[in-house]
Amino acid sequence: MAEFFSSNLGIFLIIVGQCLMLTAFVMISLLVLVYADRKIWAAVQMRRGPNVVGPWGILQTVADAAKYVFKEVVIPSGADKTVYMLAPLVGFILSIISWAVIPFSENLILANLNVAVLYIFAVSSLEVYGVIMGGWASNSKYPFLGALRSAAQMISYEVSIGFIIIGVILSTGSLSLVDIVKAQDGDYGFFNWYWLPHFPMVILFFISALAETNRPPFDLPEAESELVAGYQVEYSSTPFLLYMAGEYIAIWLMCALTSILFFGGWLSPIPGIPDSPLWLVGKMCFFFFLFAMVKAIVPRFRYDQLMRLGWKVFLPMSLGWIVLVAFFVQYGAFGGTYARWVTGG
Amino acid sequence: MGLTAIAFYLFAFTAIASGLLVVLARNPVHSVLWLILTFFSAAGLFVLMGAEYVAMLLAIVYVGAVAVLFLFVVMMLDVDFSELRSGLSKYLPLGLLIGAVLLMELGLLLGHWTFAEDAQALRAAVTPDMAETHNTVALGKLIYTDYIYMFQASGMILLVAMIGAIVLTLRHRKDVKRQVIADQILRDPKDAMELKDVKSGQGL
Repeated sequence: MAEFFSSNLGIFLIIVGQCLMLTAFVMISLLVLVYADRKIWAAVQMRRGPNVVGPWGILQTVADAAKYVFKEVVIPSGADKTVYMLAPLVGFILSIISWAVIPFSENLILANLNVAVLYIFAVSSLEVYGVIMGGWASNSKYPFLGALRSAAQMISYEVSIGFIIIGVILSTGSLSLVDIVKAQDGDYGFFNWYWLPHFPMVILFFISALAETNRPPFDLPEAESELVAGYQVEYSSTPFLLYMAGEYIAIWLMCALTSILFFGGWLSPIPGIPDSPLWLVGKMCFFFFLFAMVKAIVPRFRYDQLMRLGWKVFLPMSLGWIVLVAFFVQYGAFGGTYARWVTGG
Repeated sequence: MGLTAIAFYLFAFTAIASGLLVVLARNPVHSVLWLILTFFSAAGLFVLMGAEYVAMLLAIVYVGAVAVLFLFVVMMLDVDFSELRSGLSKYLPLGLLIGAVLLMELGLLLGHWTFAEDAQALRAAVTPDMAETHNTVALGKLIYTDYIYMFQASGMILLVAMIGAIVLTLRHRKDVKRQVIADQILRDPKDAMELKDVKSGQGL
C-alpha cells in the first residue's frame, strides 16, 4: 500500500483527495455561512430569518441551492453565449483555487508556496474578470454599468489591500503564509500577533476586504435601488448560483486572510493552550460575524465617496504606513516587534 | 515524458494558440480575452522555469491591471465590423510585408547571436545558485541593491510620464458645483437641523 502511494499515480490520487477534502470544507462552510448571514441580518432587524426548512431553518440554504439547480437557464437573445456561460464559472473557480495556499496548521496545507501571498493577490485580481465578462456578455445596460462600477471598485481597493499586505511582508521577511503565522508565535499569545504592531492597518484591511468582495456598505455593483442587481441581472438558475457561491467563498477567504495576516492563524490566543486548526476556523467565524453585522448596520456608500475613500484616504495611509514599517524594520524599533525575519535577509 | 514536460507543452501550446486567436478573433473583446489567456500561459511557463515571483507579478500586473484597462476601453468602443473588414484587402499586402521584414530581421539577429567567451565571466550580476537563494530574494537584491540607481531612475521616468498624462487631461471647470468633503464632515448637526416635538393632530 505504501508503495502504491509513493508511485506517480498514488501521489496524483492523494493530491486529488486533498483537493476534494478542501473543496468539501469550503462548500459545507458555504452552506452554513449563507444561513448564518441571513440569521444574523434577521436578528439585527428583529425578524426570524429562515425558519421553515429543517430544524431552525438550517436546511434553507440546501433547499435554495437545489431550487437554483433545477431552474431553467435563461440566456438573453443578444448575449454572447460562450462568454456569458464562462463568466460565472470564472468567478466561482477563481474564488475556490485561492484556498489551495491557505494554511490550516503548519502541515495542514494543500500547497505551501513560497509566494503564497502573491498567489492569493494574483488570483483575487483575476476575480474581476468574472464580473466584467458577465456584465459585458449579457448585452444589457444595467449589467454593463454594474460591471464597470464593480471593476473600478475592485481594482481601487486591491491597491490598498496590496500595500497593507506589504507591511506585513516587510515585518516577516517572507511571502509564505506559514512563515507569516510562525512569525506571530511568541510568549504572549494574543499580544504577539500582528494586529498590535499593525493596528491601524487591520481596520483598513477589513474595510478594503468589504469593498473587494462587494459586500455592503460597498455593494454598489449590485445596488438594487439604482442598477436592479448590477452585473448579474440577466443571470438565472445555476450560473447565478455560481456567482453567489463565488462571492461568499471570497468573503470566507478574506476572513481567513485577516485571521492569518493579523490574528495569528492557527495559533492559540492564550499561552499554554495548544494551537489547532480549530482556532483558525473560530477566528474566521468571528470575522464573518463582523462582515454580517456591517451588512446589517451600515448604509450603502455613494459611488464617488467610495472612490474617494479608496484613492484619497486608504492609498496615502497605507503607502505612508509602508514607509514607517520599513523604517521600523531597518532600525529594529520597539525591541524588534516589527522585524521578525525568519529567513536571512 | 515527465509531468513537467506535459505541463510545458500544455502551456506553450495554449500560449501560441491563444496568441494566434488574439489576432484572428473577429470580436475585439474576444481578442482581449484571448490575450489574457496568453499572459496566463506565459505565467505558467515562468512557474515551470522556477521563477514563481515573476510569474505572479505577470499575473498581477498584466492580467490583473493592464488587461482590465484594455478590456474597459475595448468594451466601450462602438465597433463597426463591416468597416473594419472593408480595409483588409488594401492593407493586407503592406502588413504582410512588414511582418516578413520583421521576421527576417529577427532570424538574422538570433541566427548570429553568440556570447563572447569572456562575457559570461564578466557579468556584474551573476545568477545565484537556485539551491542557495530563493528567486524572490535574488531579484530583490539585484534590483534594490546592485542596480538601485537604475531602478530609481526608471521609477522617476514613469512618475514623470504619469504626471504628464494627468496634467494633459486635467482641466479646471469653474461652472460646476464641487463637493468639499471636509466641509461636509465638519458641519455641525445643530446648524443643519432642528428637532421639533410635534403633537398628534396639530402639526407645526
